Amino acid sequence: MPNITPGSFELKSIIEKEPMRSTASTTALLRELVEHLRQHRTELREEWARRITEAKVLTAMSDAEIFAEATSVYDNYVAALETGTFEALQTYSRNLSERIIPRGVETHEVIGIVLLLRDVLARSLFAKYQSDFQLLNQILDAYEPAANRIANTVAVGFVQERERIIREQQEAIRELSTPVLQVRERLLILPIIGVIDPQRARQLTEQLLRGIRANRARVVVIDITGVAAMDSHVANHLVQTVEASRLLGATVIVTGLSPEIAQTLVKIGVDLGKMNTVGDLQGGIEEAERLLGYKVVPSEAPAQISGIREES
Amino acid sequence: MPEHNPDVDAEYRVPVASVNDIVTARLQGRALAERLGFSPGEATLVATAISELARNIVQYAGNGDIELRSAVNGTRHGIVVVARDRGPGIADLKLAVRSGYSTSGGLGLGLPGVRRIVDDFQIVSNRDDGTTVTVTKWRN
Amino acid sequence: MAVPILKQAKYLIATIQSALTDEDLLALQTALVEKVGKFRSRGVIVDVTALDVLDSFASRTLRDIAHIIRLRGAETVIVGVQPEVAFAMVQLGITLEKVPTALDLEEGLAYLDKNLQHARAQP
Repeated sequence: MPNITPGSFELKSIIEKEPMRSTASTTALLRELVEHLRQHRTELREEWARRITEAKVLTAMSDAEIFAEATSVYDNYVAALETGTFEALQTYSRNLSERIIPRGVETHEVIGIVLLLRDVLARSLFAKYQSDFQLLNQILDAYEPAANRIANTVAVGFVQERERIIREQQEAIRELSTPVLQVRERLLILPIIGVIDPQRARQLTEQLLRGIRANRARVVVIDITGVAAMDSHVANHLVQTVEASRLLGATVIVTGLSPEIAQTLVKIGVDLGKMNTVGDLQGGIEEAERLLGYKVVPSEAPAQISGIREES
Repeated sequence: MPEHNPDVDAEYRVPVASVNDIVTARLQGRALAERLGFSPGEATLVATAISELARNIVQYAGNGDIELRSAVNGTRHGIVVVARDRGPGIADLKLAVRSGYSTSGGLGLGLPGVRRIVDDFQIVSNRDDGTTVTVTKWRN
Repeated sequence: MAVPILKQAKYLIATIQSALTDEDLLALQTALVEKVGKFRSRGVIVDVTALDVLDSFASRTLRDIAHIIRLRGAETVIVGVQPEVAFAMVQLGITLEKVPTALDLEEGLAYLDKNLQHARAQP
């Protein structure tokens, strides 16, 4: 049996290049072994469940849960062997992963149990055909590539699902850390704090644009006082955000511009005369209100800012 | 359409000989990007880049084609766009792809912009063979 | 496919469908210039809400339209640029420089009204 090491996902392309010899005899052999696996379903499934417990994997799940999932994994496994197609298996794998990942099941456990099943079934085939060496070889020739493809399909499905979940979580975290604040009608404030990597910059811009549309904002104040480092990449992102906002009909006021940052902007070719800049956030808000036609009356009480997260 | 997993083996070729083909190319590009799991925003990026590349073909070479392929690298999925023509070639490649802030740079070919939004950008251009631009964008 | 142009009082509203070809855009330019002259319109709104991609040709043509219409004494506003389209545009360095933009039809009309007021206030 070839070794599939968990994590070597380049294997996917290798396995797919391996020809699935669908000769008439291979089909007949597969049919025969599928029949065998169905006949002995109960005992093989139990054997497999026993080995799972022995290997101390899936400890996050109860025996009843393992048994329930084991049944559907077994049936999907055999179905894939039977039909020679793997789309249904991939879909099943992703659904299964969606269920078990929140339970704390890890990649090596999933790959481990699929390989255990592969071995349990292989041994059962050995036992059945051991008297006819030639037939045993033919059966294994039919079984092995299919079984390896199954293991790979399940593993890849699991990893894809995991990555999707991680991406979603990261996105959620990024959104939480960058609120777009609605201060008044038609006025949004976007305080940018911290480090801006390209992905965060992209996400900031998308969030702001959605916010402009949702709140029908006419003016946006982007405050960069808290930005950790302003290199030409970040400066470019800022300029792009200003231009994109304008395309949605919003005027942007940039506040918190230090002389160093102003220099960076000029260096990359930004015409500061075209960008609306004000020294500090308070000044920027007043300018924004002026643009919107509000009369600003100085008062004793500090300005109230309510944060309303934009709906998308 | 290929038999087995369409995600892995998708490949389309759109001949580009007129401005109407530009629309076809970008619609195909968007459709493929969406099928490959790109977000609508990313699919719009891809479609816009394809529009620019196809337009270059029509404007400077008269005709050529746009090839659209899916790409898989381990668990990463992406799209590959190959814009090919047998036109006169670009004389100054460095100038053509130079990315300044100025949006009017790049000889008006829009290549700096395309280069900004893709993950991998390759261009081969000379008088004998024409121009081939190959870009790859991975799904986020 | 021809772009529908509606007359609303002293304004014209052109609503662009998706999958706009170069010919459609150029035909739009001709039609708007003609209608602005015919109806003595004071403003034009080009609604690109349905536009899936705004590339360099579209942006050049829209700028040309705004320029020509201005020469005819009317102001043009582009409305409805989708967030994803705006994002793609700025990433690729495609701008609508010097062309007024507004969020949607309502904002566009408000802009044209205000613009007209200012124009009338001029001595």
